[in-house]
Amino acid sequence: MTSLAVPGTDAGHTIAGETVHTVLSVPGMHCAGCMAKVERTLGRIEGVATARVNLTARQVAVDHHDTVAVPDLVASLAQAGFEAQPRLDRAEPVSAVRPLMAPLAVAAFACMNVMLLSVSVWSGADGATRVLFHWLSAVIAVPAVAYAGRPFFASAWGALRHGATNMDVPISIGVLLATGLSCYETMTGGKEAWFDGTLMLLLFLLAGRALDAMMRDRARAGVDALLRQAPAGATVVAADGTPAWLPATDLVPGMVMRVAAGERLAADGAIARGASRFDQSLLTGESAAVRADTGDTVLAGTLNLDNPVDVRVGASGEDTSLAEIARLMASAGQGRSRYVRIADRAARLYAPAVHSLALLAFVGWLIAGAELYHALVVAIAVLIITCPCALGLAVPVAQVVAAGALLRRGVLVKDGAALERLAGVDHALIDKTGTLTHGCPVPDAACLAALDGTDAAIALSLASHSRHPLSLALTRALAARGVRTVDLTDVAEIAGRGVEARHGALAVSLGRPAGAEGMAAALSITGQPVRIIRFADALRPDWAEALARLAALGVPCAILSGDNRAAVAEAARITGLPARATASPAEKQAAIADLQAAGARVLMVGDGLNDGPALAAADASIAPGTASDVGRQAADLVFTGDSLLALPRAVSVARATMRVVRQNFALAIGYNLLAVPLAMAGLVTPLVAAVAMSLSSLVVIANSLRLARVPR
Amino acid sequence: MTSLALLIPIALFMGLIGLIAFFWALRRGQFSDLDGAAARILIEEDEDQP
Repeated sequence: MTSLAVPGTDAGHTIAGETVHTVLSVPGMHCAGCMAKVERTLGRIEGVATARVNLTARQVAVDHHDTVAVPDLVASLAQAGFEAQPRLDRAEPVSAVRPLMAPLAVAAFACMNVMLLSVSVWSGADGATRVLFHWLSAVIAVPAVAYAGRPFFASAWGALRHGATNMDVPISIGVLLATGLSCYETMTGGKEAWFDGTLMLLLFLLAGRALDAMMRDRARAGVDALLRQAPAGATVVAADGTPAWLPATDLVPGMVMRVAAGERLAADGAIARGASRFDQSLLTGESAAVRADTGDTVLAGTLNLDNPVDVRVGASGEDTSLAEIARLMASAGQGRSRYVRIADRAARLYAPAVHSLALLAFVGWLIAGAELYHALVVAIAVLIITCPCALGLAVPVAQVVAAGALLRRGVLVKDGAALERLAGVDHALIDKTGTLTHGCPVPDAACLAALDGTDAAIALSLASHSRHPLSLALTRALAARGVRTVDLTDVAEIAGRGVEARHGALAVSLGRPAGAEGMAAALSITGQPVRIIRFADALRPDWAEALARLAALGVPCAILSGDNRAAVAEAARITGLPARATASPAEKQAAIADLQAAGARVLMVGDGLNDGPALAAADASIAPGTASDVGRQAADLVFTGDSLLALPRAVSVARATMRVVRQNFALAIGYNLLAVPLAMAGLVTPLVAAVAMSLSSLVVIANSLRLARVPR
Repeated sequence: MTSLALLIPIALFMGLIGLIAFFWALRRGQFSDLDGAAARILIEEDEDQP
């Protein structure tokens, strides 16, 4: 991507000095129009050499002069209507597909050419022609096998060195023996060479691997694109009063950060000047805002709601409460890494069976009086015919098709193992704030209905001038009701009080009600009584149906929340679920460990930082797309929509996938039951092997494609 | 046989060119943004000039 950019070609933008490369994540880009807008907006800034969008990764790479600060880039994108965040790590994410592409291309090229030569041999080429064709095949196939087979050889060697075995061990042995035998046949002018089958095997298996890797890449790109909660830096005020923007990694204790209203804190600290209320829901799950005055401690990741404050950094980087949660998560994730994927479990049974069958054939033919060479050919034919071609495709194809279908339904699957683990869950623990509920305030419908046309229009106009969470929620709700804005003059947002303006001759304002009780906004218009608009953290849509479906799938749910007792009791009363309140991150993790110790397979659904350890410890985990950075990273699946129906859908698709995987295994084993006796009888020729291999793979792929249709 | 001696090297050579072209494209990052490449054709180039 970077090599396509041609920096400094535009004379007007070429300025002597350091050129900096910045990557911004812009999750809001969806189409060509967005791409053009982002590239042009950035390109117009003085000092920007090039801006190139990567739509797949939802990010834009900018080459600019070091006089252009990163917040300027973010601000100009915000003006164009795109929320942007500098990427925390500058390095391009490592792609899993990339290293498989070249072996795949080589295997495909070699397979096609060798197959062409083989067809002529099968159709009767003889004598010198056959020898020539075998030699040509060998010249193409041997380097191709050496190159394209590396992913398998490396993995098999890694397993063998640790005294273990995996699917790659029988593959590698089969491929190497078949290549060796074919070379021998070629050199001695023999009748049958197996180069075509060997290469076809590698091609199919690499295709399966590439599909598996592609699924992981796509999901990670989706999750990366959602990155926005963690602030990548802060505006630091120096002793002489000059503000400068610093990335989060450069913050050290003692610095003073200026945090505007609506901004998230990049480090832990104590308030040096000012007072405000902070939304800690990301860290604790607590829905009500917490007040903090000068001297009080505030934590990284919390959102400043009301007033700009100066915060003296107390801890940064590894020492923050955020990093503490990250450490808990690292230890929690170890249990999950012990999970053995179904393909590898199958391989544990499969590899010894295949190898003893081949040995049996070898010994059997020797005893029956065959010469050594002939017995060896039969044994190798058994190895080739049983090489887990269909088995190698059985799992990845089914999982890729299912993940693709889920993606269209707004559920991102991080990797295939996640679907396997999700299929087995029998308990679900659901966090309240942000998971069962929206996690953000929603205005009370009755209060909105009480506003007449003009009042609602004034309220919308006022709210649209503020970035306060309540204003944003009110703007969304009123706009969804079809209310349009009216013209306001003299608009002013006063920190801590609200928005004031004039509408014609009327003085209008939207601000905190005098009582300041709970979450509410007061709309006052000259000559009319003050209207109070109440806000509540509403349950997500379709929660009732989603919980009922989960129960029908045999997955009973419970609430596990860090919020206060009253708020959790209310949610428990409405949903009728058992609930536990005020659980700390470590307690959530312990609750899951208790269930697991009792033999349950636990699905954790959560969004906050405080859910991170629990998400990592559970057998499978799902986070909403609105979740914190940590939540999305820790979860196996991320659903992007609002509706909770994504939960039962994901579980039922995971179970359907496992059904198809088992069917695929049955098909592959059935094929072996037919083919192995033929091979052991010495009846299998390279032609038979090639046909059988392709057929069984096609059957497995066709069966997996049935998963493309997802029930509602 | 003589025709084969000519045709087979030609076929292999052309296939090899395709393989090299693919490697070149892979290295130049042509496959790093497939969605963007599909959308880029729709960008109106003239819009930029006022």
